[in-house]
Amino acid sequence: MQHAIEAEALAKTFTGKHEVRALDGVSFAVEEGTVFGLLGPNGSGKTTAVRILTTILKPDGGRARVLGYDVTEKANLVRSLIGLAGQYAAVDENLTGRENLRMVGNLNHLSRPDVARRTTELLEQFDLVDAADRPLKTFSGGMRRRLDLAAALVARPTVLFLDEPTTGLDPQSRNDLWEVIESLVGGGTTVLLTTQYLEEADRLASTLAVLDHGHVIAEGTPEALKADLGATVLEVGLDSIDDAARTAELFQALGPHTPLLNGTVVEVTVDSGPTSAMAGLRSLDQEGIVPAAFTLREPSLDDVFLALTGRRTEDETESTDEPGAAGRRRARRRAATEALPIVTGELS
Amino acid sequence: MTTTIAAPTIAGAPHSDRPATRLRWAVSDTLTITRRNLLALTRIPEALFFSAVQPIMFVLLFVYVFGNAIKTPGSSYVNYLMAGVFVQTVAFGAVSTSVGLAEDLQKGLIERFRALPMARSAVLIGRTTSDGVRNIFVVVIITVVGLLVGFRPTTGVIAYIAAILLILLFAYSLSWGFAMIGLSAANAETAQVMSFPLLFPLTFVSSAFVPVASMPTWLRGFATYQPFSVTISACRALMIGGPTATWVIQSVAWTVGFLILFIPLSSWRYRTRT
Repeated sequence: MQHAIEAEALAKTFTGKHEVRALDGVSFAVEEGTVFGLLGPNGSGKTTAVRILTTILKPDGGRARVLGYDVTEKANLVRSLIGLAGQYAAVDENLTGRENLRMVGNLNHLSRPDVARRTTELLEQFDLVDAADRPLKTFSGGMRRRLDLAAALVARPTVLFLDEPTTGLDPQSRNDLWEVIESLVGGGTTVLLTTQYLEEADRLASTLAVLDHGHVIAEGTPEALKADLGATVLEVGLDSIDDAARTAELFQALGPHTPLLNGTVVEVTVDSGPTSAMAGLRSLDQEGIVPAAFTLREPSLDDVFLALTGRRTEDETESTDEPGAAGRRRARRRAATEALPIVTGELS
Repeated sequence: MTTTIAAPTIAGAPHSDRPATRLRWAVSDTLTITRRNLLALTRIPEALFFSAVQPIMFVLLFVYVFGNAIKTPGSSYVNYLMAGVFVQTVAFGAVSTSVGLAEDLQKGLIERFRALPMARSAVLIGRTTSDGVRNIFVVVIITVVGLLVGFRPTTGVIAYIAAILLILLFAYSLSWGFAMIGLSAANAETAQVMSFPLLFPLTFVSSAFVPVASMPTWLRGFATYQPFSVTISACRALMIGGPTATWVIQSVAWTVGFLILFIPLSSWRYRTRT
């Protein structure tokens, strides 16, 4: 199968107050018609990789091709084949939804009837017909993101780049957007998406690469990654440090992964959530330990990092992210380590 | 939203390496960006309103409050003042070029433009052009307000139009200078703050509001020959008479000089700003 996107030993250093090696030899390849996820915390180099692949930034080293065309030598041709949306690529606040899409269509040099047709089609597909002629100031966060994605699709790109498409969205809007992305993929578009959520990468991507400090530290299918990691995280809060230490010992029996003791909280990744939860509770009951809190959750990016690197994701934003976009980044930082709970029970 | 979005039949945007097509597209891209900026202007009517209110206040303030205390030999004070108000207003208006570009950078719009197959030059030319169009609107308003408070040009319609054109061209060249500031500032607020320390000495240490002869000797040289004063003098001569050619030539020279200097500088800054 042909590769829609190829990155070979991409390197990029930002000079300035602090010299930052944002990408340090990043290579990956994306098969045509698939979704590829770049997973990593703030400052890991995800956005820099996307900016190079979308011709916005020139790499210092290595090369990248989109649909076989070199992104620096054939930049303008590449631009006519790709779409970019997400956290960064913005829409114009002062225009209406329709005007935004028309502007992008014109700048893509589509014919006048084609611009009109694509605008109408996309407004319908993205459920924005009612709001089409309202200024963007009245749009919700989810609507903006949908419009942004629609704008990326005006010229019918064969390769789509989504830079953190759902960061900062509420769960409902996130779900809506996932559905939209899934339907796009069903239509044959190749997608590269960056995300801080393991859950998102798991749901949308068929192949993943995990980035850390400008290096790819793991690559494979989400299934393989999660198999290494354990499918679920069991998190138990205890009343005392002694109880916690005892619990950690007991949970050794639950599986191949070592339980982690963090104050009065014990965390362990397990392969089967419900079975392990029952076994875990049973063993606590036999010892007469009553947990204060008991949670089963999907592993977060934080857990992936812990498993891969032996350390947690740190807030690398200030020191290692690229210069010049500080404001846009604030909201993302908050989302970096959060995971979505599946079951939470208060058992005290 | 759950329906499958069909695979594109004609994939991607049209592409061409033919110079003629590229040129045609560059023109259409510039028009698209210009239209977008002008559309934005109509969406924030307050901004347009205040860009007109400020010169009106200056006219009223200087004519009725300071006017009687300032001696302008050879003409009424309002006739003397108007050329200064025109130049001051379009010069302050050029700040919006820097603010507009800084905002587009800040909000990530330029990031989107950079990933589109559009002409690189369209963002800067479109911005300076739309600011030029806004200036046309502003000079019309100032003309009307001036006429209402007793401004009486004495040189005829053609000379008056020549004066207006001179001002608009000068403003256009300033826009390119301020584009450089907008592309260098961290955000829109900084762009604005960076612009004013440049503008204040140039507008007030000039022949805009008081005759240079009333200033201390050491200041007169600068106040007479700096680009704003030269343009004000040219404009004043074209509106109410006096020696014209020397000022017009100097003003046009500044305008051309600014364009030669700032078009490449701003374009370079646009390309290298990451």
